[in-house]
Amino acid sequence: MIEYLIDGPLWYFSLAVFCIGVLLQLARILFGAGKTDLSVARGSASGGAWRNVFSRFIPHHEIAPKIRLQVVAGYMFHLGLFAVLFFAAPHVIFLEEHLLGFGWTSMPHWAFIVASQFAFFGLLILWLRRMLNSVSRLISTLDDHVAAILTFVVMLTGCLALLKGFTELRLLHRFTVELFLIYFPFSCLMHTFTFIPSRAFTGAWFGRRGIDA
Amino acid sequence: MSERLEKGLQVLRAEMDKKVMSYFSSCVRCGICAESCLFYTETNDPRYTPIYKTEPMRKLWKNEYSFWGKLKSALGISKPMTEADLADWEELVYDGCSMCGRCSMVCPVGVDITMVIFKVKHALAVAGFSPEGLVGATQRAVDIGSPMGITMKAVLATIKHTEANTGLKVPLDVEGADYLALLSSNEIALYPEYLESLVKIFDHAGVSWTLSSDAYEATNSGLQIGNKAIAGQLVQRVVDGAEKLKVKNVISPECGHAYTALRWEGPNFIGKAYPFRVVHILELLDELQAQGKLKTTGMETDRLTFHDPCSIVRRGGILAQPRNLLTPIAENFVEMTDHGSMNWCCGGGGGVSSNERAEGLKHTVFNRKKSQIEEIKVDAVVTACSNCRMVMEEGVEYNEMDMPMLGLTEMIAEHLAEKTH
Repeated sequence: MIEYLIDGPLWYFSLAVFCIGVLLQLARILFGAGKTDLSVARGSASGGAWRNVFSRFIPHHEIAPKIRLQVVAGYMFHLGLFAVLFFAAPHVIFLEEHLLGFGWTSMPHWAFIVASQFAFFGLLILWLRRMLNSVSRLISTLDDHVAAILTFVVMLTGCLALLKGFTELRLLHRFTVELFLIYFPFSCLMHTFTFIPSRAFTGAWFGRRGIDA
Repeated sequence: MSERLEKGLQVLRAEMDKKVMSYFSSCVRCGICAESCLFYTETNDPRYTPIYKTEPMRKLWKNEYSFWGKLKSALGISKPMTEADLADWEELVYDGCSMCGRCSMVCPVGVDITMVIFKVKHALAVAGFSPEGLVGATQRAVDIGSPMGITMKAVLATIKHTEANTGLKVPLDVEGADYLALLSSNEIALYPEYLESLVKIFDHAGVSWTLSSDAYEATNSGLQIGNKAIAGQLVQRVVDGAEKLKVKNVISPECGHAYTALRWEGPNFIGKAYPFRVVHILELLDELQAQGKLKTTGMETDRLTFHDPCSIVRRGGILAQPRNLLTPIAENFVEMTDHGSMNWCCGGGGGVSSNERAEGLKHTVFNRKKSQIEEIKVDAVVTACSNCRMVMEEGVEYNEMDMPMLGLTEMIAEHLAEKTH
């Protein structure tokens, strides 16, 4: 019964919440109210937007030495998670069989181990910093902690699910993924998508003024 | 709900646009912005973290625009915002932020934190949570026409002295002139040599220009306090003056926030585009130099550096022009370690210099500029903002440093070549 629920209705429900939620949140941002800037532009807003979307992947060199930990841990976590999510063999097979109908070459087991270690260590470092650093502690919200814990649990159950003999562990992983998908559109996890319009809006503003941000 | 809270919340709601929603949806509270803010780096007080200064706006977004806020509200368990949510942020926003924009340059998800802080400032100003010094300056700007209470009589006296010192006529209310020059309060009261320099340079370059007895003041206290209605009212005076004289261009003086108010925010404050062009004095001088109309002679031999005013460079895009102008006259020019669009603020922008309550904090954060200057061992600092210059002169005095602060326009005027026309 539980297996049916997790593999069936709950999976489709969580997927629907995720897709509809993300699309609605993005639509609110992209088609939301905004005022036209009446000042005469000096430079290109669209050029600035595109530039900013990509340039912010690299921290300003003036500040880079002071934020090395966040940058390194941030990249470890995000790249590790991306690699595991899209190139771990079980995920590639799952996406092919249940969602996309086509697959791609998965990464070898050793690469999976490296990527998942990167993701785990990156997330742990960022989370520890969030709790130990006075700035992060002050500005962090419950949402930040819930999102971090949920992500950690999903990754942990994912590793446990590799023990193929235990159906319960696979179900546990899938269940946590479903919780993650339901929580995603209503949380800071949305930054996965909204960082693009956020950077673009600011980049356009700088671009109009002829500032290379 | 009190009336002032309601007023503040109304402003915050009106300012909640798609940009703000994308910003709060993206912010992951990483705290990187703290390292870019001199109010944090010089005090180590986490409350000065830039994104924390936007908390009233974030709370409203969370309460009224997010899923969880709406759910809590529907269940009757939401925690409404109180007057304290605004009042407690007054000191952080007015005393602990110079609107320098450095945080907006480093946010990894691209949040323009400075813009959101300005929106919070707008709400605080409308709700009546603003420091006395700024309220007084704004009131004088509205009533008298200048935050320092400078009347046209004082301008006329400055014009008289300028004409006596230069032997040149200062054009006043000349209809159809190409350029209308504006002055900031500081340039009238503290640095009258700025007007003398303009007179000399424009005479040298053959520029058709004028001052206006209706629109002489460029300082915009409305922008400093964050009240868009007042800011618009002050911009409208300039627009009316410029339209009356039918000028083609309006020159923003060496004043950072005046440039922001006039060039970038002004049309949005008054709700219409200008029928004239706004140009910063450095842009104009650079254009004149490129056209061969501005020729200089001689070089400064002192070791000089340039302090980039935040509103002109980082938030205004005038980065190359001051360097283009300095290169021909400064043979020993050096850049500070962090310069250009990532330069550190003097600490007095965004109305901090007009806010007596912030005096101690302003001196504390000046330590960053002090160490920047000391690191490169210069003889003098050149800048192009009368407010930066005044704040740095105070900082130098406070720290008993021997460091002259020079205005770029004046330096150019001192190096003018002989007129050829």
